[in-house]
Amino acid sequence: MAQAITTSAFHALKGTYKGVVKISLMLAATYLVAQGLSSFLPAADYRSLFGFSNRTAVWVIAELHLMFAAFVLGVPIFAFITEIVGVATKEKRYDELAREFTKLLAMAYTLTAVLGCVLLVLFIVLYPKLTGYLSGLFKPTWLLYIVLIFGEVIVAYFYWYSWDLLQGAAKKWHLVLGLLVNLWGTALLFVADIWVTFMMSPAGIDDANNLVSLWDAINNHTWMPINIHRLLANVAFGGAIVAAYAAVRFLNAKTDEEKARFDWMGYVGSFIAIAAFIPLPFAGYWLGREIYQFSEQMGVSMMGGSFAWLWILQAMLIGGLFLASNFYLWLGMGRIPGAERYTKFQIGMMIVLTIGFIVWATPRSIIASGAEMSAMGGSHHPFLGLFGVMAAKNTAVNLMILTTFFSFMLYRRGNRIPVVAWATAGKAVQALVIAAAAVVVVGYGVYSYFVPSITRIGFSVYQVSAVLAAMALFVAIDIPLLKGASVIGAIRWGQIPARAQYALFFLAVSFTWLMGLMGYIRSGIRQYWHIYGRVMDESANAYTMSHGHATIIVSCIVVIFFLLVSVVFWLAARNDPPPGPRPAGGGDGGSAADAASMPLAAASLGRPGGSGAGGRAA
Amino acid sequence: MIRYTFYIAIALWLAILAGLKLLVRPPMPASVMMIYMTLSTLGILVFVAANEERFRHFVAPLKAVFEGRAPKAVQALVLAGIPLLLAWGAWLRTAPTWDAPYEPRVVHPEPPSGFALHGKRIETAGLKNPLRTADAATLEKHTAEGKTIYYQNCFFCHGDALAGDGHFANAFSPIPANFRDVGTISMLQESFVFWRVATGGPGLPKGATPWSSAMPVWQNLLTEEEMWKAILYIYAGSGSTPRTWEEEPKK
Repeated sequence: MAQAITTSAFHALKGTYKGVVKISLMLAATYLVAQGLSSFLPAADYRSLFGFSNRTAVWVIAELHLMFAAFVLGVPIFAFITEIVGVATKEKRYDELAREFTKLLAMAYTLTAVLGCVLLVLFIVLYPKLTGYLSGLFKPTWLLYIVLIFGEVIVAYFYWYSWDLLQGAAKKWHLVLGLLVNLWGTALLFVADIWVTFMMSPAGIDDANNLVSLWDAINNHTWMPINIHRLLANVAFGGAIVAAYAAVRFLNAKTDEEKARFDWMGYVGSFIAIAAFIPLPFAGYWLGREIYQFSEQMGVSMMGGSFAWLWILQAMLIGGLFLASNFYLWLGMGRIPGAERYTKFQIGMMIVLTIGFIVWATPRSIIASGAEMSAMGGSHHPFLGLFGVMAAKNTAVNLMILTTFFSFMLYRRGNRIPVVAWATAGKAVQALVIAAAAVVVVGYGVYSYFVPSITRIGFSVYQVSAVLAAMALFVAIDIPLLKGASVIGAIRWGQIPARAQYALFFLAVSFTWLMGLMGYIRSGIRQYWHIYGRVMDESANAYTMSHGHATIIVSCIVVIFFLLVSVVFWLAARNDPPPGPRPAGGGDGGSAADAASMPLAAASLGRPGGSGAGGRAA
Repeated sequence: MIRYTFYIAIALWLAILAGLKLLVRPPMPASVMMIYMTLSTLGILVFVAANEERFRHFVAPLKAVFEGRAPKAVQALVLAGIPLLLAWGAWLRTAPTWDAPYEPRVVHPEPPSGFALHGKRIETAGLKNPLRTADAATLEKHTAEGKTIYYQNCFFCHGDALAGDGHFANAFSPIPANFRDVGTISMLQESFVFWRVATGGPGLPKGATPWSSAMPVWQNLLTEEEMWKAILYIYAGSGSTPRTWEEEPKK
């Protein structure tokens, strides 16, 4: 026994050591290449890459690096949450799910680091003047970043290699490692965001662009909103990638056991993706507001000016995400005995979702022919114009979030019948809570048209608060309501139509596309500035390209990303053991008592599980 | 009822199309109609496909036609109808028209960081209406003077009710801005409106061109103070308030 532990410990340390050596070699090579090229090439403010656009080169590599960074930050968050659920529910399958995805990290870290090193070389070689200025300004943060990279590598590799070692009584130490991986990763994200956000909303420098306050430069207008927005997006992204992986494996599954396993995995991934996705619009709204407050010009460029039409594309993708999420949940209800009771709600929910989608996708700047414009009396339609403003869009998105939440709650309740004495009253209060939130959202939405803009902006906070409060209250009632609930039957994992898996794949592609698209808007609204209003882009590429051109580049990046991710998955799957019986503990899922003792995430993921013995009443 | 899913879906789709065509006035531009109908189609299809029973009943008539089980007349109708519909769509897209080309015009052009006014540079960031004072009497006086300026200069296009329907309004395409619309000046800071008034159509940015605005460069005709006064009036006269990032003063 002691021998086995020593071997495992040695194995863990050796793996971690290898990871550190690998990243050290990469950084050293990057330094040497960058130094070599800088001294070899003639001095210049800008250089091109063998005649290829320096801007496109940096754009493609930076976006791919960011997507892989999101992957290696998002997946550990996913793994950590799943591992906690596994410990709380004592279900082995959660632990194995977390382990399966952590396995992907070693390869993904390598790709992220390679892309990061290439990006750094490109910055130094293609944009030497700007890179020199930024690195001089933020020197302490660069040093911190390198320390954090090593910290992240050590902890992440040790987290993976010590999985078998730290089981049983030592599991808590593995959870601590999981927490550290995520804290380190989040710190890395926050540091990288400093440079990005400073370029958008510079602060802490004087009129001659000399540093006055490093903290002010770091804590600029958009730093914290982007930190939060990216953090949430990473969780959603990690979950969506997991769900897409599961979907592909489900479609290729040869046995019922495999189908059941990957169906369940897809559900867990999509649950975490959707749960993190729900607060994202609120974080995005905060970021948008900060951009407006920093510069009205930048804000108008983004929302009402030349970039406005890209928001219609964004609305299409996000609206599609809402539809796909509900589509998946409703199809999933087909494998839950008793869930047919809730089919009647689907028509109403679809009406709300479709109308919400339509309102969200209504353009503020309408494309119209001369005759149409004459008929409208300008480019502004008196009726459609009402839907083109944020008041309508906020109302629509809040209702769509509320509907998706309700959909999920019905899914969760699918095969359970509450048996507590106050069940009828509890359900009535829940219905009232949802209705009240909807009334508040619509009420403030309509009232928004009659008040000044500063008051109107404040209303969005009330709308969001009403939705969040309704969700919290609903769950607070739901947990005791379903305590000891009688179970109609077990979920028939694996018995879901194949088209549901395409919805999961759509989630991952849409999230990735959105990241690319929104990243372009965020960067593009600086227009001809490297650092907005301070350091002008004097290269030949200092123009805003057509939307068609930009979206083609974004789409190419998404395709390249998925090709690379497929390689990671393929390499990981190559080492998979042959399909065997379902993992232990995967049979009956958690009990209602488990559900009652945990917060929403754990309760929802743990109830009711398995294709085996069926869920049981506590 | 579920047996007729396919027919209900078709009827619903046609009802939405008819509703959007007939009930929305002025008529909806084709670009928006395309968005609305695409999303409605998507909503209907997702709803139908999200339940096995619904989906089975939805595809049953289609399968009957394409597997040759439907009556011959129906098969012939569908097989002839699809190419005919496509041909009709192709004709609509390619037929010659006298209509002016589409204009991808944005409603709110992005303001510059600064612009020239009477030979000096004005920074838009932090620019405020110097005449918007807390003193009610002074504000009222400036607003009344702004009203006179408005009627001497702006009224002919923007109209008596500030609704973009002045005497000359219909001579322009697009017609002048309707200040009573919640989507125009009430969405904007006064600095934005001042920039638009001072620099007019020629001052519009290169981004999001082509522009077609008949707005004169008012700084060539009015003083800075007169323009600010006119702005005070268009807000007061249209019952709107400028966008601001500060909290409203307590009344």
